[in-house]
Amino acid sequence: MTCKEFLAILDDVIDESISPGMRSEIEVHLRKCGHCEVVFNTVRKTIEIYRCHELYEFPAEVSESLHNAIMDRCRAAKGDSQSS
Amino acid sequence: MSTIQPVAGQNEQHPDVALVERVRAGDLSAYDTLVRKYERQLFRISQHITQNREDAEDVMQDAFLKAYEKLDQFQGNSKFYTWLVRIAVNESLMRLRKRRTGKVVSIDENIETEEGSVPRDFADWAPNPEQNYNQAELAETLKKTIQGLPEGFRVVFLLRDVEGLSTEETAEALGLSVPAVKSRLLRARLQLRERLTRFFKKKMPPVAPRGSEAEA
Ligand SMILES: [Zn+2]
Repeated sequence: MTCKEFLAILDDVIDESISPGMRSEIEVHLRKCGHCEVVFNTVRKTIEIYRCHELYEFPAEVSESLHNAIMDRCRAAKGDSQSS
Repeated sequence: MSTIQPVAGQNEQHPDVALVERVRAGDLSAYDTLVRKYERQLFRISQHITQNREDAEDVMQDAFLKAYEKLDQFQGNSKFYTWLVRIAVNESLMRLRKRRTGKVVSIDENIETEEGSVPRDFADWAPNPEQNYNQAELAETLKKTIQGLPEGFRVVFLLRDVEGLSTEETAEALGLSVPAVKSRLLRARLQLRERLTRFFKKKMPPVAPRGSEAEA
């Protein structure tokens, strides 16, 4: 396996949708290729970091009023469609 | 490497299906439940795309209202959530377009760029590098980094990796083909990795060890 071939299936490796045969080929490549090993590990870490850190909290102080505003608008829409 | 995820049975009915049925029958409280279930995610997605909190709040309201009004058009062959995300993404892009008047905003832009499709920086990261930053610094770094991606890559990464939609669901929510989602996802992941390497790579020791891998 070449680095280019590894890169082409990187997403499948990360999403763990590869066959056992392919998996051992990958393991062989990673053992001897430091570059691909770093890319693999740091891409995985990149995903993990973004998944674990909520960058935009749903603001507690507005969540209730937002929720109510949504439901009010839906209620109004429902009323409209029934009266027409 | 770890185990293969179990796949939910095709015949198993998603709990949203019953809620949607109740809403269609005129039960608004069922819609209340659906809104509560997904408002957090929708707000996050809208905020990521619009990068503006007021816009995100508006988008969220508009998207839920639109979904309610168009519920008749919702076909049961996709998940309610995927359908909802699609509405929210479109509303968010429309908002962006309004703000950046004159500039067309679409998730199709900038896809031809080759930048970042091949890794260049192979420096290894420090173990748990995020722990070297305080929460505010880290959040700032992560935001800036993801905001630097082209729109079409950012949204794919967001839905697929942050929100956990499947490749097929992401394709459906964005109106893209599965291969297009895959190629964008790879490039988004590689570009983010490359950019984060600047912050997270191992600090060089004061005296570099001679010989060993210095030529790499
Ligand atoms: Zn390699």
